[in-house]
Amino acid sequence: MTSTADPTTTRPFATPANIDATALRQIVVLGATSGIALEVQRQLARRGCELLLVARSPQRLAEIRSDLEARGAGPVFTYSADLASVQHHAAIFEFARRTFPDFDTVLLAYGSMHTQTESESSVDVLLDELRVNFTSAAAILTLFAADLERRRTGCVAAISSVAGERGRRSNYVYGSAKGALSLFLQGLRGRLHPAGVRVITIKPGPVQTSMTDHLPNAARFADPEQVGREIVRALERRSPDVLYTPRIWRYVMSAVRQIPETVFKRLSF
Amino acid sequence: MAGQSAAALRKQLEASQTTRQMLSWGRYPKIAHAHVYKPAWNDQVPAILQDVAPGSLLPFGLGRSYGDSCLNAGRELIACRRLNRILGFDETTGMIRCESGVTLSDIIDVFLPKGWFLPVTPGTRFVTVGGAIANDVHGKNHHRAGTLGAHVRQIGLHRSNDGLAACNAEVNSDMLRATIGGLGLTGVIAWADIQLKPVAGPWMEAESVPFQSLEQFLELNRESNDRFEYTVAWLDCFAGKNARGIFFRGNHAADQGKEFHSKRGLKLPMALPAWMLNRYSVKAFNSAYYRIHAAKKNASVVAYDSFFYPLDSIRQWNLLYGKQGFLQYQCVIPETNIGAIEELLDRIARSGMGSFLGVLKQFGSAPPSGMLSFPRPGLTIALDFAMRGERTLKLMQSLDEIVLQSGGALYPAKDARMSPALFEASFPRWREFVPYIDPKISSSFWRRVTGAQ
Repeated sequence: MTSTADPTTTRPFATPANIDATALRQIVVLGATSGIALEVQRQLARRGCELLLVARSPQRLAEIRSDLEARGAGPVFTYSADLASVQHHAAIFEFARRTFPDFDTVLLAYGSMHTQTESESSVDVLLDELRVNFTSAAAILTLFAADLERRRTGCVAAISSVAGERGRRSNYVYGSAKGALSLFLQGLRGRLHPAGVRVITIKPGPVQTSMTDHLPNAARFADPEQVGREIVRALERRSPDVLYTPRIWRYVMSAVRQIPETVFKRLSF
Repeated sequence: MAGQSAAALRKQLEASQTTRQMLSWGRYPKIAHAHVYKPAWNDQVPAILQDVAPGSLLPFGLGRSYGDSCLNAGRELIACRRLNRILGFDETTGMIRCESGVTLSDIIDVFLPKGWFLPVTPGTRFVTVGGAIANDVHGKNHHRAGTLGAHVRQIGLHRSNDGLAACNAEVNSDMLRATIGGLGLTGVIAWADIQLKPVAGPWMEAESVPFQSLEQFLELNRESNDRFEYTVAWLDCFAGKNARGIFFRGNHAADQGKEFHSKRGLKLPMALPAWMLNRYSVKAFNSAYYRIHAAKKNASVVAYDSFFYPLDSIRQWNLLYGKQGFLQYQCVIPETNIGAIEELLDRIARSGMGSFLGVLKQFGSAPPSGMLSFPRPGLTIALDFAMRGERTLKLMQSLDEIVLQSGGALYPAKDARMSPALFEASFPRWREFVPYIDPKISSSFWRRVTGAQ
């Protein structure tokens, strides 16, 4: 992103020399069975990447492993564990380090979306939503980030959401968890910058996956394949810190952020 | 999702239903469904089959059947598109195992670079494996290779009453024969083993030869069947009795040693206004198409995609026919009744309602792979008709009479309106198929032609 020709785009701080287009070679995917992860992994397979896939179901992991290997992925490793349970994190991280001592990218792709009504009426559901989407994510990223920071290389990417930018009455529990995740990633980016480790906050708009099928207008949501392509492009280039996908959401959200609170609280969306 | 209780899974599946109109390729009829399930994993299918009411579900692939055989008015669909994983590949034998929502396009993209191609392919690559098996699709090599079903070695089938079962020549062989060409009614295909065939590369040696009568067409078949793996003809459906057209024939070519790039075609963004397709514009198209091909150098090396899938280069070409959609008419007529074919063509020409996509192919004598397989010895004709209400339906009814009298048959995958009588005549042994239908499954087509509830 730094350009000496045009001073307006030059960053105030020099970019460390070792930040370069990430060599996408060995990627750890946390939440490999999520709808968006499936598409990202297909794109990575076409590039011949080696993958370590973490998700709960061994059966499903085995299915995507054979699919990705047929589609050109290097060896695909799987590890079955519940990422939402922090007590499993040490073992997951240990396995990742043993499998790929020099992994270059970790992508966090899991999440959950209960209906707003469920999250409002049950404290258990609410806490679960926060745990899956935020606290567990922050916890496991901290383990992986420390390793990359020590090795002074690589990339941390996590799927947050445009829903994390404003608290909407129809989706604020999910939104607040994703909003917290975005803030966490922002801080982590600052921390890892001196070490030359990239942190990408991925903010998809609504995408047609199993997670969103129950929402109204699901048929009009973005094509997951397009979102997967855009994410992989962001991973392999030195481009943005924050990726809105599909692109239009960058502009939509910059408008939504401007709506004054007195107006926003009256909106029913 | 694994590790969740069954109740939680069910709740999630319930939530993943959406009410909406699903259209088939002809965009006619336009009917609404109560729910569309979209499982992302095969392990979710049994719970869906358990939960639905008897006769209420139908598997749905890419909706490339033309009429109502992939629809289930007022009831439910289980969309299999997300079940799209390749589960295995044996590079020494070319046998693949894939889930039912894998598309033929996926298979080509993954395996053609490894030197393997589909054993049989229909005129579009945008169909799912499940849909291709359910309609036992045929291609330009029917005279050599039979239907796709002949190359399906084994399937895994979800049944509402007996779970997931493997079906092959040794075990459940009758269920395999029922599912091939079974219109999705026998269960939800979890995966299928398909025998690919080795090819040298993505290139085809293709020839096109103009012909001016059905006799010439048959003569071309006689001289080509042994020498060419693929044959098909385009037909000018305004020419009437003196059928004229272009005969295409080809073989896989040796490796050309040059790089291959798949073309990404245009996409029709919306339905064209109905007046743009009229008898004058379509007639002009047909004449021009004939002249261009008749004048062209008749032998050349072309890419496989333009040889097999010329229409795939215009994505959503079905929107050409406007908002009301279109109907396709594909019948097969015994060669002994060549007069019936002439009469059919004559009636279409006089109606002035023909289209630019007249296709003529001589089927081979391969025994059917499925109980309800459509291909059988004879000439098959496929024609599109823009939906213009009653007069379109009347014309097709008058074609039905010719097909009935000639001892021919109509293709369910293309149909939205055939009568129960014509179905009976086309598939006289359909009652033997009935015991294999899954009690939870039904379709608009099946209810229409058999009176089933």
